[in-house]
Amino acid sequence: MKTHIVPAFLMTATLFVLLVVIYPLLVWGFAQFAPEKGQGETVSVNGKVVGFANVGQKFTEDKYFWSRPSAVEYNAAGSGGSNKGPSNPDYLAQVQARIDTFLVHNPTIPKSAIPAELLTASGSGLDPDVSPQGAEVQVARIAKNRNLPENKVRALVKTHTQGPLLGLFGPSKVNILALNLALDNL
Amino acid sequence: MLQEILGISLIFVLTVLLALPLGRYIAKVYLGQPTWLDFMSPLENYIYKVCRINPKKEMTWQENLAALLTINFVWFFWMMFVLMNQGWLPFNPDHNPSMSADLAFNTAVSFLVNCNLQHYSGETGVTYFSQLAGLMFMQFVTAGTGMAAAAIVFKAMKEHQTNQLGNFYSYFLKSCTRILLPIALVSAVILVFNGTPMNWEGKANIVTVQGDSVQVSRGPAAAMIAIKQAGTNGGGYFGVNSAHPLENPNYLTNIIENILIILIPIAFVFALGFYLNRKKLAWMIFGVMTLGFFLLLSVSVYFEMQGNPAITKMNINQSLGSMEGKEIRFGAAASAFWGIATTTTSNGSVNAMHDSMTPLSGAMQLIDMMINALYGGVGVGFLNFYIFIIIAVFISGLMVGRTPEFLGKKIEAKEMKIATIIALLHTFLILAFTALSSYVFTQDPSVGWLNNPSFHGFSEMLYEYTSSSANNGSGFEGLSDNTPFWNITCGIVLIMSRYIPIIGPIAIAGILANKKYIPESAGTLKTDTATFGFMVFAVIFIIAALSFFPALALGPLAEFFTLR
Repeated sequence: MKTHIVPAFLMTATLFVLLVVIYPLLVWGFAQFAPEKGQGETVSVNGKVVGFANVGQKFTEDKYFWSRPSAVEYNAAGSGGSNKGPSNPDYLAQVQARIDTFLVHNPTIPKSAIPAELLTASGSGLDPDVSPQGAEVQVARIAKNRNLPENKVRALVKTHTQGPLLGLFGPSKVNILALNLALDNL
Repeated sequence: MLQEILGISLIFVLTVLLALPLGRYIAKVYLGQPTWLDFMSPLENYIYKVCRINPKKEMTWQENLAALLTINFVWFFWMMFVLMNQGWLPFNPDHNPSMSADLAFNTAVSFLVNCNLQHYSGETGVTYFSQLAGLMFMQFVTAGTGMAAAAIVFKAMKEHQTNQLGNFYSYFLKSCTRILLPIALVSAVILVFNGTPMNWEGKANIVTVQGDSVQVSRGPAAAMIAIKQAGTNGGGYFGVNSAHPLENPNYLTNIIENILIILIPIAFVFALGFYLNRKKLAWMIFGVMTLGFFLLLSVSVYFEMQGNPAITKMNINQSLGSMEGKEIRFGAAASAFWGIATTTTSNGSVNAMHDSMTPLSGAMQLIDMMINALYGGVGVGFLNFYIFIIIAVFISGLMVGRTPEFLGKKIEAKEMKIATIIALLHTFLILAFTALSSYVFTQDPSVGWLNNPSFHGFSEMLYEYTSSSANNGSGFEGLSDNTPFWNITCGIVLIMSRYIPIIGPIAIAGILANKKYIPESAGTLKTDTATFGFMVFAVIFIIAALSFFPALALGPLAEFFTLR
C-alpha cells in the first residue's frame, strides 16, 4: 500500500491533465468545425429563437399538430419519462383520458386509428417527433381549424416526413416543430 | 417494422465486424507488440517518469491488486471532494448546489466502481466541473482499471509457471491512452457533428412557438457521452441519458452509441483468443455469450413490438409497439435492443425508460444483469465469465472422473472456494437487499419509494439492487431512490460487488499461474469445444437463472400473467 500511494497520486494528476483538460478541449476544438459549433441547432422565427431543432416542445392548440404527451411538460431544463409500469391502473386511466380528449378534438377519427404514441409519454419528455400516422390522424382537425384543403395539409406532412436511415434502417418520423412552423408559413 | 429489425441487425453485424480487428489490436497492446498508435509512447514514457513508475517491473498478483486498490482509494476521496463542493467550484453557470453527504457517497462510489447508478439528475444535480473532472474522469479511469485487471488475468493464463504477472500501471495507462481515449475522441467528434452539444454555456431561455417559457440544458455533453458508452459506464450527461434528444439526436447516433456499448466487451473476448493464440477458445466463449444474448434479445424485441396488452384492450393502434417511455426516432425494436445490450454489458445507459417496458422485457433485462457475464463490462465481464469457466471445468471434471484442468493447470479446492464465493455473492447481495427493502416498505409504506403499485413496485426494488450488484447503473427510474436508505444500501452493494469480483479472479489466476504446468494429453478435458460451451451455458443457467427464479416470479412474471 505504502509503495503505491505516491504513484497513485501522481498517476491521477497526470491523467487528469490528459483526460479532463486536453481531451474535452480537443472535442471542443473539433466542434468549432461542426455546422452548429457544438451549440445545438436552433430554430428562429423573425430573428427570434423559438426552439432547438432536436428538442421537442409543447403543442396543444387545435391549430397546431400536437406533440406527444410529456412527463416534464417539454421544459428542457430537465428531462424525464413517466416511469409508469404497463399494468399501473392510474396510468391506464390517464391513457383513457388522453383517448377521450383526442376524440373530442378530432371527432372524425375512429378510436382504432389513433397511434399509441399520441397517448403515451416519451422517454425523455422532449421527443421532437411523431410517426407519420401520428401526424395523419391530425390532418382533418388542422385543415378545418385553418380553413385549408386537407390535401394541402397532407402534402405538407408528406414533405416533412423523414424516412428510415438510408431508406433501410429504423422508423419514419415527422419533426413537429418544423411541421408547425411550415404550417404557419402556408 | 422490417426497417426496425434491419436496424438492430445492422448494429450487431457492425459490432462484430469492428470487434474482430479491435480484439487483435487489444491483444497486441497488452503483449507490447508494435501498433499504429505507437506515437503515444513518448507521452506514456513521460507519464511514467513523472509518476516514478518503472513500467517494465513485473509484479505478483498481490502487488498488482494492491496498486489497483490504492489508486481506487485515492479516486474515492477526490470524488467526494468534488461532489460535496461543486456549488462553489468553477464551471457552474446554472448555480447548481453541492450534493448532500449520502448522495455524494452514492454517486462517488457508483462512478468509482464503473456502475454509474444515478440518484441525481444531470441537469440540476451536478455542475460542468463535476461532469468532467469528476464523473467523466472516472468513466475513463475505472474502465481502464477493469481492463487492466483482465490483462493481468490474460497474462496469468498465458504463462506456464510464474508469479510475475505484468505491471498494473502499464496495463492501466495503455488501456486509457491506446484504447479508450482514441475510441472516445472519434465517437465524440461524430456526435458533435450530429448535433450533440459541446459548449460551456448555461441553460438557454426560450419562448416557444406556442408562447411557453422554457429552458434548454446544454454544456460539454459530447465528450462525456462518448466515453460513457465506450467504457461501459452508462452515466448520462442529461437526466434521461441517451433518450434525451441532445444526447442521442438521431437513428445514426443511436447505432453508433449502441455499437460502443458492446464493442469493447466483445472485442475483449476476441482479444483473449489472439493473446493466448487460442482462437477456438475465444469463439467458444463468444458463442456461449451470443447464444444467451440472442435468447434474451428475441423475447424483449418481440414483446416491445407487440405493445402493451392493456392498451391493446382499449382498441388502440399499437403498430409501432409499446411506446410509453420510448422515442419515435428509435422505435420499439431499437429500444428493446439497447435495453438488452446495456444490461448484457455493465453499461446501464438507456434510450428508453425500462420502468415502462412490457413485463417480460423487464424480466430479460433483470436476467441479463443477474448473469452479468454475457459480454459483461469492459474487462470485468470477462472476469465474471472466467469464474463460470472455472466452475464448469470443476463440475465436468467430476462428471467424467478426470482431474479438473484448465489451460494446463489443476483446479483444486482453494480456487473452487474462491470461485463459489464470487458466484454466490452476487445472488446474495441482490436477494438479501431486495428482501430488506421490501420488509422496510411493508412495515411503513409511507416511505413512498414506489412509483407503481403491486408486482411492478416489487420489480422496481429488485431492479435497483440487481443493477447495483451487476455494476450496471440502469434503473426502473420510477423508484424514488435519492433517500439515505437507498443511497447508502446501494453504495454498500456497489463496493462489494465491484472489488470482490475483481480480487477473486485475479487471485485464482495468480494461484493457477504459480502451479506446475501439465501438458495436454489424451486425458485432458477439452475446453474449446461446443460440448464444453454447452456445459458453461448450463452452469450459468443453473446458478443465475434458477437462484433468481422466485424473485422473478414475484415481480415481472406475476405482472406478465396479470396483464394477459
